[in-house]
Amino acid sequence: MAEVILNAISKSFRNTLAVDGMSMVIPDGAFVVLLGPTGAGKTTTLRLISGLEKLDRGSISIGGRDVGSETPAQRDVAMVFQQYSLYPHLSVRENLAFPLRSPILKTPEDEIARKVQEIADILQIPHKLDNKATELSGGEMQRVSIGRALVRDPSIYLMDEPLSSLDAKLRADLRVELKRIHADLGSTLLYVTHDQIEAMTMASHVGVLQEGRLVQFGSPREIYENPASVYVASRLGLPRINVLPSQLFPGSHKGPQIGLRPENILQGDGAEARVVRAEHLGDQTRLHLDLQGHAVTTLADPHADYEANAPIKIRPQNPIYFDAAGTRVV
Amino acid sequence: MAKIVIKNVRKEFGDFVAVKESSFTIEDGEFFMLLGPSGCGKTTTLRMIAGLELPTSGEIFLDGEEISQKPPSERDIAFVFQMFALYPHMNVRRNISYPLVSQGVPRAQVRAKVGEVARILGIEDILDRPVGGLSGGDRQRVALGRAIVREPKAFMMDEPLGALDAEFREHMAEELRALHDRMGATTVYVTHDQLEAMQMGDKIVVMNNAVVEQFGTPQEIYDKPRTMFVADFIGSPSMNFMEFDGELGQGTTAVSLGGTEVAVPSLREGVAGKLVFGVRPEHIGFSDESGFRARVLATEYLGTTQIVTLESPSGELKARISSSETVRPNETVGLSFKSDAVTLFNQQTEQAIRSEKNEGVFANG
Repeated sequence: MAEVILNAISKSFRNTLAVDGMSMVIPDGAFVVLLGPTGAGKTTTLRLISGLEKLDRGSISIGGRDVGSETPAQRDVAMVFQQYSLYPHLSVRENLAFPLRSPILKTPEDEIARKVQEIADILQIPHKLDNKATELSGGEMQRVSIGRALVRDPSIYLMDEPLSSLDAKLRADLRVELKRIHADLGSTLLYVTHDQIEAMTMASHVGVLQEGRLVQFGSPREIYENPASVYVASRLGLPRINVLPSQLFPGSHKGPQIGLRPENILQGDGAEARVVRAEHLGDQTRLHLDLQGHAVTTLADPHADYEANAPIKIRPQNPIYFDAAGTRVV
Repeated sequence: MAKIVIKNVRKEFGDFVAVKESSFTIEDGEFFMLLGPSGCGKTTTLRMIAGLELPTSGEIFLDGEEISQKPPSERDIAFVFQMFALYPHMNVRRNISYPLVSQGVPRAQVRAKVGEVARILGIEDILDRPVGGLSGGDRQRVALGRAIVREPKAFMMDEPLGALDAEFREHMAEELRALHDRMGATTVYVTHDQLEAMQMGDKIVVMNNAVVEQFGTPQEIYDKPRTMFVADFIGSPSMNFMEFDGELGQGTTAVSLGGTEVAVPSLREGVAGKLVFGVRPEHIGFSDESGFRARVLATEYLGTTQIVTLESPSGELKARISSSETVRPNETVGLSFKSDAVTLFNQQTEQAIRSEKNEGVFANG
């Protein structure tokens, strides 16, 4: 296990600057999630760390060692991809043992057996060890893929949207499981996703990427409660944060744009809005309002009735402010 | 505009029963969701309403007229498929015009109508563009335009957002719903995504294994599930089920769960044997006084709320509580259950047991 340091790394593909002078410290034992939309540079960052892509500029160190000239194998990283890639003709046991049989590692057989059993227990698939890989369900296959990374004891685990091809229920289960595995192993883990739920629920630290740059790094709670920009604020939270012209609400304001999470809009007095529609999601009701031509989403009591077009007064609670360019004003 | 009544409709494909006798009513102007896992019969039901499949038995009424054996062209229903197919060699205007032109509608009228539809969909500026270079969203709007230009009595939509990525999907869902609110046309919409169904629908039919499990408003289905399947399928995380043995008379207001007395809504029927105590994650609270103890396994931060996974004498539970509460893994906590939100089930039949809370849903069919 090791600390990983990215020092002003850049990478271009033809005319596209995929990673643009990014610096980041991934602390030893942390579960860091890189969050961003398609094209933000998440996967390229992962591939640069693993050595699958070569740096244009900057440096990467793993456990204090500059790895710029090392091959992927020498870097001692374990990677899990979005699409599970198992050897279909091998059993689960053989698939899990495969990385340990690498000529570089020279792991003794009894050690392999012990390790495979341990990982199978962690992933709750010990009863599947003698099945062929093709006899597994999608969720089991992805667990074996993750397991194949876990049997090794690398400096860092790199995971590229490993849950995105799974259905919602299984994804929820594996989120909890991955977090537990991370806690058990105490390993350093870098995980890439565009799914904010995964970022919020699993990460010890979230790195928010925008156009190849790291725009904020902190705990999920810090990012949610203290976003550095409109862009960051919009990445976490469902329904999304409302960003509105401040002068829609009476009183003095610290900036021209006001950011209000749906739960931070109080009803009863303040600016007059109109009900557009209530969405009953069961555990919560989302209330869509129109405030002088601006769409506003807030939360409401699941059992209250709201008529379309009914007037409703709203006021901000714990607002955060942004300047005209979307940068946070404190 | 149209009211659609489905009455004892059944569909067999050879030996396979795709839909067992199903009945429900779609009111005029409703946004109506057919929800269920793959293979449950929801798409077959939709195709029977549209006339793309003929029912083996049963009746379908469109505005009072029985249409179950009529060809699609005589039903005045527009179908929007998951993969929206546009004519690639035609521009946007001609794609939208096509259904009218092929019906022989006069040119001037077609032009006026297409203009109106383009305005509703906000695509006036792309009318003369070829469809080839359009973004996914615009393509979908054009496909919708082609469906609404005919002013059919009703729209059938088969997972129209299924192929889109999450962010865009959310946006299109809002747009579709807003379009419906402006036009007020009866819409029947198939999805396997429970959140989409809850979000967009006025009413939901939940299907499973070719059977209609429940039919009602989103909140009613969420609060008062009639079966364990519905309780589990709707809501995320899904409802917690805790098994217990009991012999409960009518009027029972408490049950024994892992040795602790727990209040439940007053029962309207007696029941004995293997039972299930169902409670949603947001209806579990932490309370030091409670004798029902559980150990915290994990917490998941979600911004406003957090999901806590717990190990209890009755199995693993998930609770949704405010993020402002501090919870540590491995600590033992007392749990309380919001009594008027609890549903009991018969484990054998998987049906909800009638109580003062849910008896209303047993009345409507």
